[in-house]
Amino acid sequence: MVTLKTMGQSQRLLIIPPFLWLGVMFLLPTLLVLAIALSSTRVGMPPYEPLFTWDGAMLSINLNFENFQFVLRDGLYAHVYLTSLKVAAISTLLTLMIAYPLAYGISCCKRPWRSGLVFLVIVPFWSSLLIRVYAWMAILSNDGLLNSLLLGLGLIDRPLQILNTQTAVYIGIVYTYLPFMVLPIYSNLADRDRSLIEAARDLGCGRFSSFWRVTFPLSLSGIVAGCALVFIPVVGEFVVPDLLGGADTQMIGRTIWVEFFNNRDWPVAASVTVLLVLLLVIPITLLQSRLSKMRV
Amino acid sequence: MSQSQGPSWFNRLSIVLVMSFLYLPILILIVFSFNKSKLVTVWGGFSTQWYGAALSNAALLDGARVSFFVAAVSATVATALGLLAALVMVRIRRFRGRQVFIGLLAAPMVMPEVVLGVSMLLMFVALGIDRGPLTITLAHATFTMCFAAVVLQSRLAELDPSLEEAARDLGCPPATAFMKVALPNIVPGFASAWLLSFTLSLDDLVISSFTTGPGASTLPMKIYSQIKFGVTPEINAVSTMILGVVALGLLIAAWTTRGSEAALQGH
Repeated sequence: MVTLKTMGQSQRLLIIPPFLWLGVMFLLPTLLVLAIALSSTRVGMPPYEPLFTWDGAMLSINLNFENFQFVLRDGLYAHVYLTSLKVAAISTLLTLMIAYPLAYGISCCKRPWRSGLVFLVIVPFWSSLLIRVYAWMAILSNDGLLNSLLLGLGLIDRPLQILNTQTAVYIGIVYTYLPFMVLPIYSNLADRDRSLIEAARDLGCGRFSSFWRVTFPLSLSGIVAGCALVFIPVVGEFVVPDLLGGADTQMIGRTIWVEFFNNRDWPVAASVTVLLVLLLVIPITLLQSRLSKMRV
Repeated sequence: MSQSQGPSWFNRLSIVLVMSFLYLPILILIVFSFNKSKLVTVWGGFSTQWYGAALSNAALLDGARVSFFVAAVSATVATALGLLAALVMVRIRRFRGRQVFIGLLAAPMVMPEVVLGVSMLLMFVALGIDRGPLTITLAHATFTMCFAAVVLQSRLAELDPSLEEAARDLGCPPATAFMKVALPNIVPGFASAWLLSFTLSLDDLVISSFTTGPGASTLPMKIYSQIKFGVTPEINAVSTMILGVVALGLLIAAWTTRGSEAALQGH
């Protein structure tokens, strides 16, 4: 009998196109960033010196670590990295605090309701990030809806400055990344073994303490996956801090953008990018291991 | 002993509150796109004038044309590559470099967009490729193929292998068995993979900005350069139209998957 597990040799050729595509379009560019981070600036296009030179007889390899040293020594870059990590950590925590009750609430609903509610959580993810951030600009600006509402109610006598502050960045990030947190937590909670809770309740545990001592610890793997899914992209986020943040929210994604488009010192910008990826290696491996466990 | 008792008042409250948080800003944006007044916070009566203004804005229309072209072509390429990648993941259990392949397929989904954009910009420059709609399309196909692969992979994994095995036992060559038996069964997967790739491409600002050249701007790039200067009712109208297109796509996706979903779940 033929089984699909024993595929013919010819079908192994299927591997080639996607492997080649990812190799050329993802792996090669990533290695190139590292290479350019180790080269020197020059005037012209491309604005960097080649790493290898061959004069017919001698191969010279020029690795320039000056860019990395510059980025690591310069207090400004250190500050930007720290701000990015801080904003990402705080907004991940805030997202968790809002996403968990929602994921838990959905998982407590009757089955037919659940898929509809999950669908409602995913829909905003399909609509443009730019538009969702823009919607908040209209709400948070000095003459925006929130301020008009608060002024109208007499709660404040002068508009609050929210747009272009870190508060606005937190609101924007929590808003745009909420689905990434809700989905893994929900899928974990939906699969939970309800007999454990019943056992805890039968043994005299209250509603809250049976949640806190049984359900919550068992949902930790969903929480870790959700936190990694939010934290990793937020560290390098550009759109939200650029449109909602102000001078106090210099994040690394924006710095890389400005370096490439305005300063044109590509080797330094490439070094900044390499260091960003290095910062994310630990959370990415954590996420990979969680996701591979969840699939099994 | 208490059986599953349904949502408590706390569950209901958290669902209502967080859902309002998710949908109120979008709702406000849509409502104010029909505002007569130029001020975005004062209601001046119902009007569709901003839709007219947006639809006669040449820069926005040009951006929309580039965006739709890039999204359609890159989504098609991404779905094809995603299918191959999904087949490799599901059907070829063991091969040298499988771990590398899995890593390569997952990495573009978690990498910050800025990093993807920068690395592809550097490659296009190093290879001396002129940047424009074509390079944006190549870049978009690269990151959306990973999402397409995830969607198609879950479809392929749900497929009953005995059907295809039966076809091959009856003398069908492997490729024909796949084309005639497996492929028709994952058509809804194709639809959702293509639509997901299409919307991801349509939404993208960062990767497009890095991989484009002079003259070619996508719709998000045009919108971005306008909203840097503040909120305008015209952009509200454009946003509402984009939301409408996305909602329509989602409805089609839900409609095409409904039948097969019910069949797969069996309840």
